[in-house]
Amino acid sequence: MSDDDIRIGVFICHCGTNIGGVLDISELTEYAKTLPNVVYSDANLYTCSEVGLSEIRNNIKDNNLNRVIVASCSPRTHEPLFRSTCQEAGLNPYLFEMVNIRDQDSWVHMKEPKKGTEKAKDLIRMGVYKASLLEPLEKMQVGIIPSAIVIGGGIAGMNSALNLANQGFNVSLIEKESELGGLLRYLNKLYPTNEDASNILETRNLVENHKKIDVYKSAVIEKIEGYVGNYKVVICQNKKTIEIEAGAIIVATGAIPLSPEGYYDYNGKTIISQLELEDILKKNELTANNITMIQCVGCRNEERKYCSNICCMTALKNAILIKEQNPDANVNIIFRDIQTQGVTYEAYYRIAREKGILFIKYVPEKPPVIKKDQIEVYNEFLNQVIGFPFDLVVLSMPLIANKDSEHLAKMLKVPLEENNFFLEAHVKLRPVDFATDGVFVCGSAHWPADISESISQSNAAASRASTILSKEMLEVEGSTAEVNSELCVGCEACIKMCPYSAIYKDEDTDIVVVNKVVCKGCGVCGASCPQNAITIHHFTSDQLIAEIVTYGGGE
Amino acid sequence: MVFEPKILGFLCNWCSYAGADLAGVSRIQYPTNVRVIRVMCSGRIDPVFIAEAFINGIDGVLVLGCHLGDCHYISGNYEAELKMKMVSKSLSMINFSDRIRLDWVSAAEGNRFAQIVSDFTEHIRKLGPSPAKNKKLKKQIIDNLNAVKFALSDTRLRALVARQRELTTEGNVYGEIISNEEFEEILNNAIDNEIIRHEILEKIKNKGKSVPDIAKEIEVEPHKVLQHIVTLRARGLVDVDEINEEIPTFISIKEV
Repeated sequence: MSDDDIRIGVFICHCGTNIGGVLDISELTEYAKTLPNVVYSDANLYTCSEVGLSEIRNNIKDNNLNRVIVASCSPRTHEPLFRSTCQEAGLNPYLFEMVNIRDQDSWVHMKEPKKGTEKAKDLIRMGVYKASLLEPLEKMQVGIIPSAIVIGGGIAGMNSALNLANQGFNVSLIEKESELGGLLRYLNKLYPTNEDASNILETRNLVENHKKIDVYKSAVIEKIEGYVGNYKVVICQNKKTIEIEAGAIIVATGAIPLSPEGYYDYNGKTIISQLELEDILKKNELTANNITMIQCVGCRNEERKYCSNICCMTALKNAILIKEQNPDANVNIIFRDIQTQGVTYEAYYRIAREKGILFIKYVPEKPPVIKKDQIEVYNEFLNQVIGFPFDLVVLSMPLIANKDSEHLAKMLKVPLEENNFFLEAHVKLRPVDFATDGVFVCGSAHWPADISESISQSNAAASRASTILSKEMLEVEGSTAEVNSELCVGCEACIKMCPYSAIYKDEDTDIVVVNKVVCKGCGVCGASCPQNAITIHHFTSDQLIAEIVTYGGGE
Repeated sequence: MVFEPKILGFLCNWCSYAGADLAGVSRIQYPTNVRVIRVMCSGRIDPVFIAEAFINGIDGVLVLGCHLGDCHYISGNYEAELKMKMVSKSLSMINFSDRIRLDWVSAAEGNRFAQIVSDFTEHIRKLGPSPAKNKKLKKQIIDNLNAVKFALSDTRLRALVARQRELTTEGNVYGEIISNEEFEEILNNAIDNEIIRHEILEKIKNKGKSVPDIAKEIEVEPHKVLQHIVTLRARGLVDVDEINEEIPTFISIKEV
């Protein structure tokens, strides 16, 4: 026997009566024996049982099998088991192929056993033709730098840094301003507990004094290189260039409030923003008696379609605080929709109503108008314009994305959504992950978030990052893409197309290369490559075309 | 006897294949005609695979991926959609586009998977067997399918589709954004040209012919044939065979 001989063993599973009760297993076993390169074929009652598995192991040795096919259930559930069985017997796990004759055959053709058996024959034959072309592949191992970089020193960034540091990982916290704290520094009290923001701001001391956290203030990120487990970030601090290495990066760059300039005759005195009101309340300098707040200023419109999430509760909080200080004050909130989801926030809204705060709904087509001595608003339910005298108008401005998000996103190779907030990998399933492995997001960088949301997200991001940092090595799938540099003309279509930024042009050699650690093996690049220069291992064009041809021509 | 079509299904691992498994777990019965090739992502399906399937006598091809926006690989199904559009345009030129279907099935949609397979099987049954299996038509049809395969393998055409999202959103190297309508027109022209070029290659496979002769045979204006010959020559597929009375004849010099 030469080394090149392909020796396929086909194991056909009865799965009790699940398959055996419908399909003719002995016919399939005999049929498999007639196929090219098949040197062994037999049936098992349950291939996945220890008996079945040891038959695979024994036959790999006894019959010198170098390809194994199991025709049974779905590779989505059982491929890992059979692959490791092959590996135990010394066969490269990528020389295993699975044929689904249960979930996609016997279970769905229960009343057509003959046709179902014919289908199973085709599927087994397709599997055999593919298996003949399978190549052994190696899983790569890469080391992981067990430390993290957190970008942004607001509450989200500080909290995720603390979380990781308390788990024992070294953390570098990078802040562009000269002090930590972010927007939290400008807040007076926090809803729904009305505690002082300064209490939470104490986190700064914990962070700055933590021996596992290095804080870099007034620092600008200049360059980000590398991939999961092995990132290198170059920052500039006081004209000094510092290089930091880390296994994971958390983006917690926050957001900024939209400037109220140009909205509703904003003047900074009688017409101010909600953030300016925070400051007045903090200093206990409020003198106004007739106060009206306008919600959704500059957002939920054509330019900014989104709801800023925090403004309803902020307005409620400040209105309540004013009423508590001065129960005789007239406080009105002109709103489009009040969003106070959940138990606590809804209770907070009730408190506001009980305190006599007036809520007046407006429609975006007819926004309130500020006149000399009163503010007028059209109310749909009354179908008339109502007017209130005012000493102070407070505009609830949305949070908007940081100006430098775009630059940072490019360096990190992660996407932004239409409003320039960072876009997670999956809105439901991977809310703090990026598609790029090893990079996570939390807080208002992702979406306007309040303190409690920022804290839960920052804990989530830290725990996601720790799933990487806590490993010594990262095992990388063998079935990835590979560029054939002989055929590649360097059009770079694949570089733009790869959703994981796994493909790059090597600056020294000018050759397009796939980073196997980052590649997920989806195969999109290979199917689109104008030059057919990309091989998608384990799903090569040759293997797939062999399946197509044998099905088509196998009458 | 009822015609039992041969249907090939390309299913992505994460959504549609899981949906097909769920149909099994739920014991939803559907016609036995489909054979499935599992790929990790619908974006893996090379347009050439579809042409290959029809050349090999398959009656209908189903391509199923995750719903748009739900791709396990973020944007693979969008790429699949663009590639399938190119396949569909090419196949429509030889009346084959009715035999493919691109659709989306989530991992939770066992019912939907079974429904799509049933509908598509019925649809192909009504269309009848692929003409590629008809003894009389076979040669012509396989020639046509090979022309489509030639087009779908063409570097320029593939580069166009690979760059479609970039060209229609970010713009080309000069920063010009091409509208979707404009892009479709460019794509249609490119497909048209490739199919004609393949036809020319077929005609001059074994014997050198002059431009007017080729033009007559394939019913295309001579100046257009000449342009195609120039292109094919530049690609190294055609060369001058001989020159008779100052009129050159051209011959195919490479198997395609």
